[in-house]
Amino acid sequence: MADVVTTTPPSQAKPARLDPHRLRADFPILATLNRFGKPLIYLDSAATSLKPLTVIEAVDGYNREYSANIHRGIYEMAERATASYEETRVKVARLINAPHPREIVFVRNATEAINLVAYSWGRHNIGRGDSIVLTEMEHHANLVPWQLLVQEKDGDLEFVPVTDDGLLALEVYEALLHLRPKLVAFTHVSNMLGTINPVRQLTEMAHAAGALVLIDGAQAVPHVPVDVQEIGADFYVFSGHKMLGPTGSGALWARAELLEAMPPFMAGGDMIREVHLRRSDWNEIPYKFEAGTPDISAQIGMGAAADYLMSIGMDAARDYEQELVRYALDVLPREVPGIELYGPAAEYRGGVVSFNLPGIHPHDVAQILDRSGICVRAGHHCTMPLHERFDLAATARASFNVYTVPEEIDALAAGLRDVVRIFNR
Amino acid sequence: MDDLYRDYILEHYRHPHNFGVLETPTASYEGSNPLCGDRITMMLGISDGIVREVAFTGRGCAISQASASLLTDEIKGKTVEEVERMTPEDVLDLIGIDISPARLKCALLSLDTVAHALADDAAEKTESGGPASGSSPK
Repeated sequence: MADVVTTTPPSQAKPARLDPHRLRADFPILATLNRFGKPLIYLDSAATSLKPLTVIEAVDGYNREYSANIHRGIYEMAERATASYEETRVKVARLINAPHPREIVFVRNATEAINLVAYSWGRHNIGRGDSIVLTEMEHHANLVPWQLLVQEKDGDLEFVPVTDDGLLALEVYEALLHLRPKLVAFTHVSNMLGTINPVRQLTEMAHAAGALVLIDGAQAVPHVPVDVQEIGADFYVFSGHKMLGPTGSGALWARAELLEAMPPFMAGGDMIREVHLRRSDWNEIPYKFEAGTPDISAQIGMGAAADYLMSIGMDAARDYEQELVRYALDVLPREVPGIELYGPAAEYRGGVVSFNLPGIHPHDVAQILDRSGICVRAGHHCTMPLHERFDLAATARASFNVYTVPEEIDALAAGLRDVVRIFNR
Repeated sequence: MDDLYRDYILEHYRHPHNFGVLETPTASYEGSNPLCGDRITMMLGISDGIVREVAFTGRGCAISQASASLLTDEIKGKTVEEVERMTPEDVLDLIGIDISPARLKCALLSLDTVAHALADDAAEKTESGGPASGSSPK
């Protein structure tokens, strides 16, 4: 079952330039109106992405036509469910250029993937006095599991600082590597600053110091080309729901020899080869890590999302989103006097723009924008230490995806002028 | 134009009543909504079972700050029992605007913080008094 490497070849359709207006027709939700009769202006894709029709239909198709359990039944419908589920593994492997689909472990989301590594790999490889290097820009999901681990094992956490420009301080990183950490874990793209980290360089430096590398790709897989072999990573994690797929889907990629050596994370059905009353043998990878019936329809939907992204082409997606962020960084300060923007210049940044209006709390900003149908995030975006680093209680955040159009950034600018007008009247 | 951000709400946000510190509060507590970054410290001066003085500091959204401004006006001069009996509905009536579920925490942070300050104060009295100070919830 792990050898289903050959299915449909990737779509060769790779338009030089992405046409967002054409793509928008693929997202049914964009045709809906909010309670004020305004069209949806969705600028919260870093929280979760919208879903294209092909994803919705893949989920629906499973539930309507072949909703059998996987890896069990020998009737036709069950075989179809298993084949569809395993095909997703192939698609996801292709999306991130993993060497083999059996290195893809399905999980609910990136958070679960990191916890899996922290529990399974971490508890067998981190001991007293061992250090793990993280960065100040990590999402809580790539921070708290490691806090628990080092508390339990009496290890240490070290942090690569973030510069005022929103980049990682590489000279400090280099110094921290002299501590010979066992693991270095960092985000590929920051969900608050939008920073695209130099993951290949960071990984090479970590390997030279003898550390393994875990990369949080939750904000990268939907937005930039990801090639885990070119990066050279050891673990790479991401969520389906941020890459146009359903909630409840996600993946951990890890090199096969690491997965082989790791003990199971959760135990139960499907992850065993043989069970006796007092002992059991584990199934082969990746099934060793997939105990119990998973969210089958969600993972199948994630496969459809991977297909969708590959049909657009991740280079085209990256180019387009860079255009968008460049536009936003140009228009917002010009059209909204006083706005404070956080994060690096466009060339180092994914489609994320965090900001504040002076004297106005981001919750109030988000609430007033909602009246115009504009959805932005307000709060700390699960990055409280990063907000502390910049001495911010909270920020508002606009984030983009391939269906975002420049007109929506214009609408945001107009909406923000309204906010200022309401507060200064 | 916007029913949430009426003039009097914004007026309380820009110029909150009772904003500042008490030199010697008999009860105080720092409350926060970590999710939004709202933070309020309530200070009460209680004697003979009556809230004689009240002040607050903090930062947060217009709703949380206006709510604190209105609530502190309301409880000044009331007995501790009367303040303890105040319900979330009472505070929403004071604010006088429709609050969406996502913003309820902002609107009710002030009442929650006052309730904690009073509860700490009562606990200290039964423990025959330590220094009057509130601690922030985690």
